Amino acid sequence: MTKLVSLVPLFPLIGFLINGLGRNYLSKSVAAFVGSAMVLAAFIVSILVLNDVRLANAEATIVTLFDFIRTGDLYIPFAFQVDALSALFLLVITGVGFLIHLYSAAYMHEESSDHYARYFAYLNLFVFSMLLLVLGANYLIMFIGWEGVGLCSYLLIGYWFKNQDYGNAAKKAFVMNRIGDLGFLLALFWMLQQFGSLSFSEVFANAPNATTAAITGITLLLFVGATGKSAQIPLYNWLPDAMAGPTPVSALIHAATMVTAGIYMIARSNLLYVLAPTSMTVVAVVGLATAILAASIALRQNDIKKVLAYSTVSQLGYMFLGLGVGAFTGAVFHVMTHAFFKALLFLGAGSVIHAMHHEQDIRKMGGLAKKLPITHLTFLLGCIAIAGIPPFSGFFSKDEILMHAYAAHPIYYYIGMAGALITAFYMFRLYAMTFRGKFRGSDEQAHHLHESPWQMTLPLIVLAVLSVVAGFLGIPELFAHDAHKLQAFLAPIFATGSSYMEAHAVDHSTEWVLLGTSVVLILGIVAFAWNRFAKDPDLHNASGFGKILAEKWYVDELYAAIITKPMQLLAGFLNRVVEKSGIDGLVNGVGRSVQWSGRQLRLLQSGQVGSYVLWMVLGMLLLIVVSVFKIF
Amino acid sequence: MMPINYYIMLAMALFSIGIIGVLTRRNAIIIFMCIELMLNAVNLLLVAFSKLHYGRVAAFSPEATTGTEAQLFVFFIMVVAAAEVSVGLAIIVMMYRNIHSVDVNFLNRLKH
Repeated sequence: MTKLVSLVPLFPLIGFLINGLGRNYLSKSVAAFVGSAMVLAAFIVSILVLNDVRLANAEATIVTLFDFIRTGDLYIPFAFQVDALSALFLLVITGVGFLIHLYSAAYMHEESSDHYARYFAYLNLFVFSMLLLVLGANYLIMFIGWEGVGLCSYLLIGYWFKNQDYGNAAKKAFVMNRIGDLGFLLALFWMLQQFGSLSFSEVFANAPNATTAAITGITLLLFVGATGKSAQIPLYNWLPDAMAGPTPVSALIHAATMVTAGIYMIARSNLLYVLAPTSMTVVAVVGLATAILAASIALRQNDIKKVLAYSTVSQLGYMFLGLGVGAFTGAVFHVMTHAFFKALLFLGAGSVIHAMHHEQDIRKMGGLAKKLPITHLTFLLGCIAIAGIPPFSGFFSKDEILMHAYAAHPIYYYIGMAGALITAFYMFRLYAMTFRGKFRGSDEQAHHLHESPWQMTLPLIVLAVLSVVAGFLGIPELFAHDAHKLQAFLAPIFATGSSYMEAHAVDHSTEWVLLGTSVVLILGIVAFAWNRFAKDPDLHNASGFGKILAEKWYVDELYAAIITKPMQLLAGFLNRVVEKSGIDGLVNGVGRSVQWSGRQLRLLQSGQVGSYVLWMVLGMLLLIVVSVFKIF
Repeated sequence: MMPINYYIMLAMALFSIGIIGVLTRRNAIIIFMCIELMLNAVNLLLVAFSKLHYGRVAAFSPEATTGTEAQLFVFFIMVVAAAEVSVGLAIIVMMYRNIHSVDVNFLNRLKH
């Protein structure tokens, strides 16, 4: 079955072609069926592939489709690599992807049929690119997928392109991603120069012989790429704006899959990072800073999707923290559990928005628990999972990252823990203000409140179940010996990398204490937030420090002031001065001087035979003078 | 034998008269005559130099033909000038038929 892995990206590609080319002819039900069925087919193949990988233990299979580039010494095949890491990502992408396609079928039903098919075409193209990204057996194929998902992200954020703000959000996402992509591309060139190849096997085989400086440079540039794609400081602020896209898109692209591309890439390159301790520290610090910064902003957001967006940025920060302290399995584990519960939360939010007729402000919600029972229950489970209450999935994955962080340096742990507490607080603030207390919307909205159709609730239920149980794939050593299934599964990927790292272990008594304290604190915070915001939702505008948080630490304004403004001034200067008087002046000046001299020379052409003869004679005299006196 | 200087002076005088005539006169026929004058000034020089060179060489070897080529050029020029005269006079006749004048200053446009 591994040989047939190319079917996995092929199915969504076919779906994209059918929906994209036939968007004017296909009815809505056909478009939705094609879109979803193709991803479902890919999902089924992925399960078979995963099964094969599990049985084949450890061996990575390379499936070469054709030569992509072959010139001189450079040989880059179009090849897929199937191993534990890519198989796991395949499963998450196609699985969550299918649920979200199903959900979209109902969520987008208000669109006209050509836009509806366009939506599914983009979504399928996205799934295709993402699969390419995780399947590539070399960095170039990964880069193709990397660019592809960026494009689809742009197309889907700007899906409602008639709204100027949405179009701007799409451009912002695209431009910030491009900045990151440049880093990625430079890393590829450097890698090519250093190792002469981009395939994972060759790069990793030669990496230990390269200088630390080169490896550090390459990994840092790769990390620049990751900060763009995975929304880390300093390129994180496109993600909250990306919420302009349809909610299922936010769930699929901007929560579950695309934004984890950076984590996948670093997990894939774990050997390079392990060889460059500086880069590891940078990754950990940036991840931690992003985690805490985004969490603090989420405290004061009132848009249901914005809260989730900042929460996503923050959770991605945790994943990078995990990567930075060497908890590669933990980071991938968190990618998986986060894909489940964050997709669940976004889809739940979509269900709420759908029921509230496109109202996204949680100050105008409240008391939705009774009206939307399934959405409410699943959303609550998602909140519990993300807050990290045992035995839900978020607890296990976050705990694994934080324990490794403690082993690396206790300060990482304390800051990370503080971020986790903030997370619990704002998630339950969101939950309580949306589902508890009294309904604060208009009568019109109250009248129309309804639970969503089955295509929307079914994905919610499936994701809720996954959010609850996925954690059991990674039970820590503390609870049971050898129960961490995921670690065993992924071990071959991280084995070489781990062999270069010194193992830090936290002894079990410390771990119990930390675990106990954190659970008690989180439970306390959850209870407090639930009570406080159910009774007394904060409806007034924030003031003082709260205002700084509500205004996102003014980072957008800062960027506008230090980057956009000077760029615009420079562009204005170039436009008005250099372009107008410099380049235009030069071009027009040449034209004008030719015209002027033409006008003057025209006068010689008088038509008088006498004057022609005179000039001729003068010319001859001149020639005689020149030749006689040998002037030249 | 007359010194060559006299021939040169005469040729220059004829040539200058020709040029000045071309430059100053407006009558096409006179301009034409002046052009002939210039051509003949050149012919005169050619013949004079030819005789000069032949005279130098013939003093030692009477059989030599040095310098006689120039006299051939003179015939060429005369033939070409004759052809030119026939074409030129035809043009002048046509000109007179069209504008009833042989004043070249009336011909300052490339159309009617």
